[in-house]
Amino acid sequence: MPPTDASPAATRTALDVQDLSAWFGAQPAVRGVSVGFREREVAAIIGPSGCGKSTLLRCLNRMHETVPTARVEGRVLLFGTDVYADGISPIALRRHVGMVFQRPSPFPTMSIRDNVAAGLRVRGGGAPSRAETDRIVERALRRSALWDEVKDRLKASAIGLSGGQQQRLCIARALATEPAVLLLDEPTASLDPISTQKVEDLLYELRSEVTVVIVTHNMQQAARVSSSTAFMLAGELVEMAPTARLFTAPADARTEAYITGRFG
Amino acid sequence: MIVGPRPLEEPSSGLAARLASAGVGDRVYRVAITLFAACVPLLLLLIAAEIARAAWPALRTFGFGFLTSSAWDPVNGAFGAAPALYGTIVSSIVALVIATPLAIGVAIYLSEFAPGWLRQPVSFLVDLLAAIPSVVYGLWGIFVLIPLLRTHVVPFLKDTLHLGATPLFSGPNYGPSMLAAGVILAIMILPYISAVAREVLLAVPRSQREAALALGATRWETIWGAVLPYARSGIIGGVILGLGRALGETMAVTMVIGNTHEISSSLLSPGYTMASLIANQFSEATGDLHLSALMAIGFVLFVLTLVVNALARWLVWRVARSA
Repeated sequence: MPPTDASPAATRTALDVQDLSAWFGAQPAVRGVSVGFREREVAAIIGPSGCGKSTLLRCLNRMHETVPTARVEGRVLLFGTDVYADGISPIALRRHVGMVFQRPSPFPTMSIRDNVAAGLRVRGGGAPSRAETDRIVERALRRSALWDEVKDRLKASAIGLSGGQQQRLCIARALATEPAVLLLDEPTASLDPISTQKVEDLLYELRSEVTVVIVTHNMQQAARVSSSTAFMLAGELVEMAPTARLFTAPADARTEAYITGRFG
Repeated sequence: MIVGPRPLEEPSSGLAARLASAGVGDRVYRVAITLFAACVPLLLLLIAAEIARAAWPALRTFGFGFLTSSAWDPVNGAFGAAPALYGTIVSSIVALVIATPLAIGVAIYLSEFAPGWLRQPVSFLVDLLAAIPSVVYGLWGIFVLIPLLRTHVVPFLKDTLHLGATPLFSGPNYGPSMLAAGVILAIMILPYISAVAREVLLAVPRSQREAALALGATRWETIWGAVLPYARSGIIGGVILGLGRALGETMAVTMVIGNTHEISSSLLSPGYTMASLIANQFSEATGDLHLSALMAIGFVLFVLTLVVNALARWLVWRVARSA
């Protein structure tokens, strides 16, 4: 059963989405969504293909706007600060809000170590020393449960890893910059069941240190890893509730229809 | 059952025949295309053998000294390839040094920064550079580039940058020169390098750019740290393609390089390339040894391009598999 240990009152809201809408050109993908993600817990966003769940996720670290013709309206408060306010740099924001994508995307020309350290070297100047980098790389790899598998070949190419290892490497890469929030866009969609389980175990471990928002089309996965779940349909948020309640006693008839497999 | 084996037998034997005939057609097709494919390496070997045969008298007479000698005296029958070999390599290197950063810059602009409506027309114009006939480049070199180099560029290099003291830019500049040949070659190979680099950059998956952006990389850091490394073996391939063009280019180089059979450290001095040497002298070659020496030059050029291509393959392979 999903973890429901953290009581809502004890935690702050890490990400507060207020009346957010997003478009690709004239095509709306997200329509007026308001939702909050609490600090240090795993939240899942589920819904059928094309419901706007990935777009919503990509609005949270302002990746949506990197697509030509994309547009966003509304507010996203990260610990109270609107990330869409004037003067907020999306580049600085993305160091605090890490992201892992559907397909593992290690940098193929870099070693395993350099992949994990990639985020430390961007934005010039602040690159840590070699020893410090080694320490950060080890910590990130341990947190992503990959250290034991790669500690003897840190200098080897990242493309020699299996798909599941590559995805955990990408999680390590995202964790290396110590983000407050980690966004995952269907992180196990291209992985086999065993790798999937490793990633899910890892997310469960991470919840004590970082706020995790995971988009998934796999309802069982949402049930396994998250403590609260949001259900989206046609760009709108239908409901968000503690995961146990959403899957057993949904408030909305559409949610019930979806989780019982009547569509989607 | 009364339906027995008979009706079953006939269609099955017919099917066997049809299957057999399909097999024959397949085999004929395979033999035919194997022959076509074999023609290409065969042609290459034939050309190499023919050049080597015609070059043999000169190679036998001069031995290895043919590569190191600077003599070119048809009257006394003394021939050496060194100045032309030197000129071919140096003019190509000058061309690469100028064209590579420019072409990659053009490719980065077109693939990463140019607005959609500008990308096609600019790409088309750059590609068009490859369609200009070589002799037109030569004419432009004589009437525009050489005067421009003499009156503006060389004085700038010598007086403003004080490069006159270095061997590369020492001595007077009368006009036709290794530098002019290098610049003409750079313009001629730019579209090749740029087109390949552009396509390779456009083929870099969006996931690589997004992975870098999501780490907080700026646009430039994304290009420098994720896009260019991903594309590097393809870009090297494009540079090598340009180098191959530069090594063999004849007409435009012949018109601007000065055709002087001498080795000079200065890029401002005239020189010669192997291709120009052959083009200039082949029709007027006197005597069998002269003709054979020109064939030997052709053989050296042939071997040089083979070696460069082999090196390039090796480099691309190494870069592709290294971490």
